[in-house]
Amino acid sequence: MTSNAIEVVDVSKRFVLSHAGPSSLKERFVSRSASPRGEDTDLWALKGVSLEIERGETFGLLGHNGSGKSTLLKCIARTLRPTTGTIRTVGRVAALLELGAGFHPELTGRENVSLNASILGLDEAEAESRLPDVFGFAELAGFEDTPVKHYSSGMFARLGFSVAMHLEPDTLLVDEVLSVGDESFQRKCLGEVRRFQREGRTIVVVTHSADMVRHVCDRAAVLDHGELQMVGPPPAAIRTLRELLNKRGLEIPREMGSAANLEQAQAIVFTDVQLRYNDPQRPWLNPGDPLEIVVSYDASQPMDDVAVAMEIHDSGGNRLLGVNSDLLDSAPNSVDGTGTVVIRLESVPLLGGSYSIALGLHNHDVSVSYDHREEAASFRVENSTPLDGRVQIPVSIRW
Amino acid sequence: MRSSESRLRFVSGELSDLGALPDVVDVAAPRSISQRARDVVAHRSLLANLVRRDLRVRYKGSVLGFFWSLLNPAMYLVVFSFVFTVFLPARVPLFGIFMLSGLLIWNFFNGSLAAASNSIVENRALVQKVWFPREILPLAALGSALINMFLQAVVLVIGSLAFRNAPDVRALPLVIYAVIATAVLAAGLGILLSALTVEYRDVSHLLDVGMTAWFWMSAVVFPFGAVAVKLGENQWLAFLNPMLAPILAFQRALYDPAPSLPGETPIIPEESLAWYYGRVSITLAIGVVILFIALRVFARREDSFGDQL
Repeated sequence: MTSNAIEVVDVSKRFVLSHAGPSSLKERFVSRSASPRGEDTDLWALKGVSLEIERGETFGLLGHNGSGKSTLLKCIARTLRPTTGTIRTVGRVAALLELGAGFHPELTGRENVSLNASILGLDEAEAESRLPDVFGFAELAGFEDTPVKHYSSGMFARLGFSVAMHLEPDTLLVDEVLSVGDESFQRKCLGEVRRFQREGRTIVVVTHSADMVRHVCDRAAVLDHGELQMVGPPPAAIRTLRELLNKRGLEIPREMGSAANLEQAQAIVFTDVQLRYNDPQRPWLNPGDPLEIVVSYDASQPMDDVAVAMEIHDSGGNRLLGVNSDLLDSAPNSVDGTGTVVIRLESVPLLGGSYSIALGLHNHDVSVSYDHREEAASFRVENSTPLDGRVQIPVSIRW
Repeated sequence: MRSSESRLRFVSGELSDLGALPDVVDVAAPRSISQRARDVVAHRSLLANLVRRDLRVRYKGSVLGFFWSLLNPAMYLVVFSFVFTVFLPARVPLFGIFMLSGLLIWNFFNGSLAAASNSIVENRALVQKVWFPREILPLAALGSALINMFLQAVVLVIGSLAFRNAPDVRALPLVIYAVIATAVLAAGLGILLSALTVEYRDVSHLLDVGMTAWFWMSAVVFPFGAVAVKLGENQWLAFLNPMLAPILAFQRALYDPAPSLPGETPIIPEESLAWYYGRVSITLAIGVVILFIALRVFARREDSFGDQL
């Protein structure tokens, strides 16, 4: 018996993208005689990935879209079977892949929780005894017997999270879902994750959020195009991720947040990000220069419950600045269709280095994230001052 | 899968260790048929829950609740009794009771297959997100069809009381045996169809047509006695249809016709109960073979469910 919770050994996963495969018996019989089948393309979502996750460890899976990180999580969760390789898991593994995935809208909260519990292999009595905790934590006491179709999306997501946390799995698999609910609920979720960690349970998190990895994970793995790039402590992993991004150029990785919000999430999306420098011939900054971030968006419907958020990170993944339009009392009257919003930094008092910009679009109470790009853009500062370090603080020295 | 001793009670903030070592699972390895059976048994509470969900969803929000499911057999009882006694007098007394006896077990079979074939596609949200033995889904469809059969039996009981037609109490174990044989057969075909439907979405259309043809080959609306006379020595041919024996068993036990007069064609074979048990046993044997094949086919196709849904 090893101390590993999960052992992934040389796992590859192939998807066959069939261009004209038969999807009905009729087509199959017709196409056999008439036209030849369209060509299939193999897509290797994972290529010979091996890694070990220790018991009690919180492990992050990082990567850009199409890197294979979600595929790997699904293989561990057994919803996809690897084409080759083996995956050993120890104890009960619960997947929190999509909050409330198993919920049926016509059933009450209580019935859904009981159904969800039995999916994880708990019996009636065990599930019953945990009901008060589940509803208490989700702040839904009193809504046990309401059909979940009458829940708001926030309530839905809270219940989904609460169920997964209270069914006491030995290993919890999480895919991008810890960003649900309002800020206080998020804090509670984080507290719950900490309890999990204290109790020696294992957590595997798939995320695009460098913040999440930094704050929660003990170790992280970076995947790119299905290949494992590195496994190591969070700062090193984040650095690798950023380097990969720089190699690929200015491509905006697009990732969805919680799927409970999926419909609303598509209401407004980023379409482009441009950095405007003082001198267009010189696409970098000197300490103290201004910078304008011109963000283009596309709203599928008229909406006013929207705010834009921005963060600046250094190459070590430290957050240097976080701001959103609501904090600056700059709410749009209404947005509809395409448009741009300009975020102007009057002065960037940073010294040499490369920095990345994360962007988000959310509603005013931050319960719905419409769009989120962790690595929306990056800029470089050439240190033209004699100072050393990160921040340009006006300084003089007198004897 | 897990050892209950190692489970922790949830106490917020409590520091604790995980105790006994739980089982190790190689999630990528193929599972044997017997392992699959054990996994299904381990998830029996999920099976019960899915059946309950199905029934709740079906009857929720309707004032009459499950009475709606009684409407269909009740209509059959009334219409067929009327038509075959008034307009087209049949040689079958109490035609409505006769027909409903066979229809009960047929509806169970038909309902199981119809629901099972779509069970995986309809529950794709679950299948894509969490692992559990997939066979549970078609089996749950079968479970709710079984419960519906018991509900519909209420109509037969009321009809039998109204027409003063007593079932043959000695033959009631035969009914249970016929239900078991039919359930095994339906489980086999249902599991097979559920896997095929994932790849070929038009399976259910084909099933509709096939089941209608099968229905008319199974002596539900006409007495088998008439066919048996025509077939004579070749009567065994009719029993190639594995549903015939359970239907006859239901008619024998629940309708229990009076012995035919000399020169009259019997409504159902006038054989001993042992003969009926024998015929149902053949159905059970066919069912076991199909179930075994179905589980193998299912195991081979299951891996691609995640990609194809």
